Amino acid sequence: MSAPAIGTTKTAHSDVAPKKKRGPGALATAYLVIYNVVMTAGWLVIAVGLVRAYLVRGSYHGLYFSIEKPLKFFQTGALLEILHCAVGIVPSSVVLTGFQVLSRVFLTWAVTHSVREVQSEDSVLLFVSAWTITEIIRYSFYTFSLLNHLPYLIKWARYTFFLVLYPMGVTGELLTIYAALPYVQKTGLYSVTLPNKYNFSFDYYTFLILTMVSYIPLFPQLYFHMMRQRKKVLAHVEEYKTE
Amino acid sequence: MKHYEVEILDAKTKDKLCFLDKVEPNATIGEIKSMFHKSHPQWYAARQSIRLDPKGKSLKDEDVLQHLPVGTTATFYFRDLGAQISWVTVFLTEYGGPLLLYLMFYFRAPFIYAPKYDFTTSKHWVVHLACMCHSFHYLKRLLETLFVHRFSHGTMPLRNIFKNCTYYWGFAAWMAYYINHPLYTPPTIYGEQQVRIALIIFLFCQVGNFSIHIALRNLRPPGSKTRKIPYPTKNPFTWIFLLVSCPNYTYELGSWFGFTLMTQCLPVAFFTAVGFIQMTVWAKGKHRSYLKEFRDYPPLRSPILPFVL
Repeated sequence: MSAPAIGTTKTAHSDVAPKKKRGPGALATAYLVIYNVVMTAGWLVIAVGLVRAYLVRGSYHGLYFSIEKPLKFFQTGALLEILHCAVGIVPSSVVLTGFQVLSRVFLTWAVTHSVREVQSEDSVLLFVSAWTITEIIRYSFYTFSLLNHLPYLIKWARYTFFLVLYPMGVTGELLTIYAALPYVQKTGLYSVTLPNKYNFSFDYYTFLILTMVSYIPLFPQLYFHMMRQRKKVLAHVEEYKTE
Repeated sequence: MKHYEVEILDAKTKDKLCFLDKVEPNATIGEIKSMFHKSHPQWYAARQSIRLDPKGKSLKDEDVLQHLPVGTTATFYFRDLGAQISWVTVFLTEYGGPLLLYLMFYFRAPFIYAPKYDFTTSKHWVVHLACMCHSFHYLKRLLETLFVHRFSHGTMPLRNIFKNCTYYWGFAAWMAYYINHPLYTPPTIYGEQQVRIALIIFLFCQVGNFSIHIALRNLRPPGSKTRKIPYPTKNPFTWIFLLVSCPNYTYELGSWFGFTLMTQCLPVAFFTAVGFIQMTVWAKGKHRSYLKEFRDYPPLRSPILPFVL
């Protein structure tokens, strides 16, 4: 469940009561602005790459190969965001951010990269497009927020586009994992069998199925969380209190 | 004798939930909780958090009304802690599971391994030894829960039992599956010698852990909730108190380290590692509270590993 990443929200996911907010200093803010600008640019490159490849080839099949490298680079780069939370320059939960980023990285490397046969599937384009649009909006949102100059349009987009992009991304991800299953089973990819001297076994095929199953409880929770955030953030237009 | 009036408000909504008049000045919070329970039967005392300030810390059951910074009309704030379950119940359930589950795998109950192995036993003597050690460990824990430990809190939130049981039962099943597997490979690195040393470490740490539990129990008179600094006793296994605040965790880590060595099983190593992380968190917390509460706390002590952690 990685399609639109949740990212910084003001709701407390921490269970420690008044945490003293360190927040970013001037140096950290400068670094974060650069980081977010670079990421916005990176995902724009991927977006442009997709469009160009489509125009050149004349079809939307097999576009993964044209953006494979920047996708891997910039999606993996997002691991830094876990560090940002851990160090405290970003007020998000390390666990939540970690979970989000790691699930993206897992799909990028442990599924799409590792199982060559799925790379030509259309489901890959589905989740890559969802991720691309989401990340462009998300990283520009952070950039503008850090500069204290957030256009309402960006805020609106961040809290509205997910309504479509999230299910779209999840669908793409699930279809891709599903497509990978037969190849994983056939080749025993990333699997360890008994007997061995560490008395351990791991069946990647079963693991992937369990991953798919985990979307069932997780996706609605994350989706409705974003919807609640949307209500809170975009609600200032209301003239009267509804509650 | 001047009586107090006590009003209890909801910490979130500030609604007046209860008004008690003619409360004795020497009434304790515990007694007030019983009175509150009478007017709100769904909130038994264990799930009440009574505070002076809506966002403040919970008052203790032993706190006496007249010693609190309140006027003759005292205002308290109430928060529902949610359904509670007793520590004893949780411990018995979370430890009983691993004891029984492991034995199911040891005796190769049906539907775990291939049918031709049902009710067979392993040919490796280390597998029998491991079963004895694992069972002994959890039996010891159950008996300590019933006869040794003195708990400072009676209850914990109900949802903890699901979380805790998932952890203990899950890991027990995972470890037991591999150790008792027909394709299990006994320790190869140093063979029999490895198992022997591992057993010695395991037993040493079991005795050590038990000694610490007894020492901690003796610090606290029955039925009380007093807290004192633990010190080494005549029992040599307690001399580790000189270097460590929570030697019960140190010995527990040692036991599982021994068990890992004995079985040479990666899932056991994982369990040991996760337990180590959790116990370190707890040890650091306990160490910090000792330092806060006692001015004269021995400076040489570390939370869990001498000089290191």
